Amino acid sequence: MTAAATTPGDATRPQERRRREWPSTFALILNNRLAAAGLGILAVIILAALAAPILPLADPNATDPANRLAPLFSDGHPLGTDALGRDMLSRLIWGTRVSLLVGFSASLIAAFFGSAIGLVAGYAGGRTDQLLMRLIDLMMAFPYILLALAIVAILGPGLINALYAIAIVNVPFFARNIRGITVGLARREFVDAAKLSGKGPLRILWSDILPNVLPTIVITLSTTVGWMILETAGLSFLGLGAQPPQADLGSMLGDGRKVMFTAPTISLVPGLMIFLIVMSINLIGDGIRDALDPRLRSGAMARPSFRTKVARERKVPMDRGSRKPVSAGVSGGGHPPLPAGISPTRREVDRSETPPPRDLPPCGGSKGRARPAARPGARQGRGECLGTDRAAGENGNDPAEAAILDVRDLRTDFHMGSEIYHATGGVDLVIRPGECLGLVGESGSGKSVTAMSIMGLVPSPPGVIAGGRIGFKGEDLAEASDKRIRHLRGGAVSHVFQDPLATLHPLFAVGDQIVEAIRAHQPLSRRDAEAKAQDLLALVRIPNAAQRMKALPHELSGGLRQRVSIAMALANDPELIIADEPTTALDVTVQAEVLRLLDELRRERNTAVLFITHDFGVVSEIADRVAVMYAGRIVETGRTEEILTEPAHPYTRMLIDCVPVMGEPERRLDAVPGRPPAVNRLPSGCAFADRCPRVEADCRSGEIPLEEKRGSLEARCLHPLQPGEALLDEAAKIHHPEVLP
Amino acid sequence: MTATIARRLLAAIPVLFGLSVVVFGMIALIPGDPATAILGSYATPENVARLNASLGLDKSLPQQYLAWMSGVVSGDFGRSYALNRPVIDIVLERFSATLLLAGASLLLATLFGLLAGIVSAVRQFGLADKAITLVVLIGISVPSFWLGLLLILFFAVRIKLFPASGMVAIYGGGGPLDILHHLVLPAITLALVATGVIARLTRTAMLEVLRQDYIRTARAKGLTERRVIYRHAFMAALVSVIPVIGIQAGFVLGGAVYVETVFQWPGIGAMLVNAISQRDILLVQGGVLVVAASYVLFNLLADVCQTLLDPRLK
Repeated sequence: MTAAATTPGDATRPQERRRREWPSTFALILNNRLAAAGLGILAVIILAALAAPILPLADPNATDPANRLAPLFSDGHPLGTDALGRDMLSRLIWGTRVSLLVGFSASLIAAFFGSAIGLVAGYAGGRTDQLLMRLIDLMMAFPYILLALAIVAILGPGLINALYAIAIVNVPFFARNIRGITVGLARREFVDAAKLSGKGPLRILWSDILPNVLPTIVITLSTTVGWMILETAGLSFLGLGAQPPQADLGSMLGDGRKVMFTAPTISLVPGLMIFLIVMSINLIGDGIRDALDPRLRSGAMARPSFRTKVARERKVPMDRGSRKPVSAGVSGGGHPPLPAGISPTRREVDRSETPPPRDLPPCGGSKGRARPAARPGARQGRGECLGTDRAAGENGNDPAEAAILDVRDLRTDFHMGSEIYHATGGVDLVIRPGECLGLVGESGSGKSVTAMSIMGLVPSPPGVIAGGRIGFKGEDLAEASDKRIRHLRGGAVSHVFQDPLATLHPLFAVGDQIVEAIRAHQPLSRRDAEAKAQDLLALVRIPNAAQRMKALPHELSGGLRQRVSIAMALANDPELIIADEPTTALDVTVQAEVLRLLDELRRERNTAVLFITHDFGVVSEIADRVAVMYAGRIVETGRTEEILTEPAHPYTRMLIDCVPVMGEPERRLDAVPGRPPAVNRLPSGCAFADRCPRVEADCRSGEIPLEEKRGSLEARCLHPLQPGEALLDEAAKIHHPEVLP
Repeated sequence: MTATIARRLLAAIPVLFGLSVVVFGMIALIPGDPATAILGSYATPENVARLNASLGLDKSLPQQYLAWMSGVVSGDFGRSYALNRPVIDIVLERFSATLLLAGASLLLATLFGLLAGIVSAVRQFGLADKAITLVVLIGISVPSFWLGLLLILFFAVRIKLFPASGMVAIYGGGGPLDILHHLVLPAITLALVATGVIARLTRTAMLEVLRQDYIRTARAKGLTERRVIYRHAFMAALVSVIPVIGIQAGFVLGGAVYVETVFQWPGIGAMLVNAISQRDILLVQGGVLVVAASYVLFNLLADVCQTLLDPRLK
């Protein structure tokens, strides 16, 4: 199974998982301790009520005036007697029997008729639907209990009439919920298929639709049954339900109230029983809802915290060649720039080792040629430092040109249930002031997680920064205080996100949102901040800036919205802008404008940009350097024009080939075939091996380092492409798997 | 904005019309001869005939409806048989007491429900969240008529802090402070369920909103966590909680029946229960119509508030 599990596109797994799911629903309810407790309490109560005729109980209606109002624990009457001397324990159990019977019957009647109305309305649609739903709306226009009272007023007081009243009042809840689901199902293919096979509407409702709405009926039932028991008891309490000598818990409570001050237990005991029944049902209901509502599974509803959690035993980068902590060399802002994308070997063993000192020595050079180790003691040679050797002063880089962002060996994990997904498996990134680095990859490659990890914006739970150093001007942001992070966010480091409709607050005017960003970091009066916000809107070339200040996000076009986001990102003159697919959600023409604007502004202001995209076409417009990500790691990095013209990694080549080129209509626009491997079970060797046309036997084992290939290019590949070498000839291989080694 | 409110008001008219038809239908739906049902089986034939005529039951149903409706519009709901007073007088007198009780409860429920929901969401899975979840669970499971008794036994009988029943003190009562003193226990009793429901929904809405992209944007701007939660997240969550508060108004108005009975609060709920027992149908009709109409108006108010808060709904 392990071998099969690593094969992408394994068809057996989803089915297996599905088969496991249903029995586990009951297990889930039991696993929920509160729901299990509720089930236990309810079971005991129901058993006692069922066993009432065979239990050694006194006659619940036998009066004994000599023994009236006996206290608790008196002889022969464990719960005492009531005002007529009747045994309270016996009355309690018999009363519970009546209450449960009435409550459950009302629920079943309401569920039956409500679901029937909902199914018919949802399936028939049109006028029938309109008419039925208007009637349901009308019922819901009455206050809940008032309608029940009105019905009892018509039918007359009595237990059965109270039962009908409560059932009728609850019909709308079922009708509405079931109709909602049915409307969606009625348009599905399997219903069309059933129609074509000649089934009548009733049979379709019964055999095709009902099984699919059953969970909703169960959820609605489990959440309303408690209410119905409570309300029937309430009507009896008011004297409108059970009439003497018949007694349910509600009428016992109502009777007891008359002697409340002299013998409070007579009213308190039946009330306690109602409370226990309703609470245990509510606990079970919550358990059922949690188990059946997939959104609540696996902590999807967990609240993201202020900042991504940083693992306490976070591994900071070390020299993996020697498996020894490297000497803590250069730390702080003074060290020279690094090339992007150096990811050292990673083995699970590393995690168990003691954390090394917190910095990685400078390693490698941006122009990345082989050169002698310059830092004594830090490094023995290229073999150990994986082609990342570099030293201050070389390549003419003076310390003033220090990296603004220097991410090393960043590991961000997602904890989903018992699985840990390594969304980034050791990412290295370097950005110098004023430089734009394009981070490219398919969706799921970890590029956004990398970008969001920098300022701790990966939602936690489930995200955890498990290792690495996030160097910003010499400071490790993973270690910075929350206050410091907040100060940097929107200040020195700002963000532009993908979909401006979702990322701007829908209820606040865009001007106010920019003002807020300004005043979070600058001590300006509201008026000055407004003036500045207006200037910013003009700067990003929004026409009629003064009027647009008051516009709400949904009143602007996509392009204008993204300009607002950019204005907001520029509000406090950041040194680094992290732009996460800022043009992806826009129209193509608007895309180009926004891209140009961003490019101009960053050049004017010498702002560094980390630009995340999946589109090489976009990269060529704006990025100085490119890092390509695959399955949570950098697989190739280098200067933009070199990567675009002659990449070394086959994956990069395939990604570039996806971009349409004007005037080359015959060009293949295939997406890269296959899928990336799941990041919780990466194969050993190259993660791309299964999709690679150039795969060889040695690609599938061991750790493949990111090494210098040619020019500025560094790639994580044992069989890189040579200049001028085409990939397409090789592509034939993938269609003939038998030639693969 | 005025146009929006006007449109909502217009949309409420058919609902009010529907309500009046249903409430009117109550008499028509009474099994057997209504006059006999009202007067009981020992009534003389003359009395039955006189009552039928005075109820207008000798006319056709649409005619009866029109006659009844024209009376209702001009404030004439008929006379109560049991109390021998105009229905409208009794209903208005009783309804003002209910409105005070229900209004106070809804206010309490909204304040504490929102607060508990926010704290619960922000401290998700923490101790405060667990404590609030437990209290909410008890709140929505406890029968209010039982809780009222417990509160009376403790606060009125044991420590004598609040009066056990009524709206004003028998001797020298009637001032605002006196009424407030009497209001505390019934208002808390009535508020508990609604507080629980509002707290639960606020928690869910907050958790939903806190996952949204615009919350990440607010954090990415460097705003304080307090501002992110109480301004950005809460305002967005409130949009989905307001209709729930509107619905809770219905539960509070209905639940007032129990609380008024337990605390002998002179409200419309207690009146309705008596009227139903006495089969005083015109009084029941008038009371139900007034409460239901006020509920419709309350939901309209919630609707307008929601539109004011979220301009996208315009």
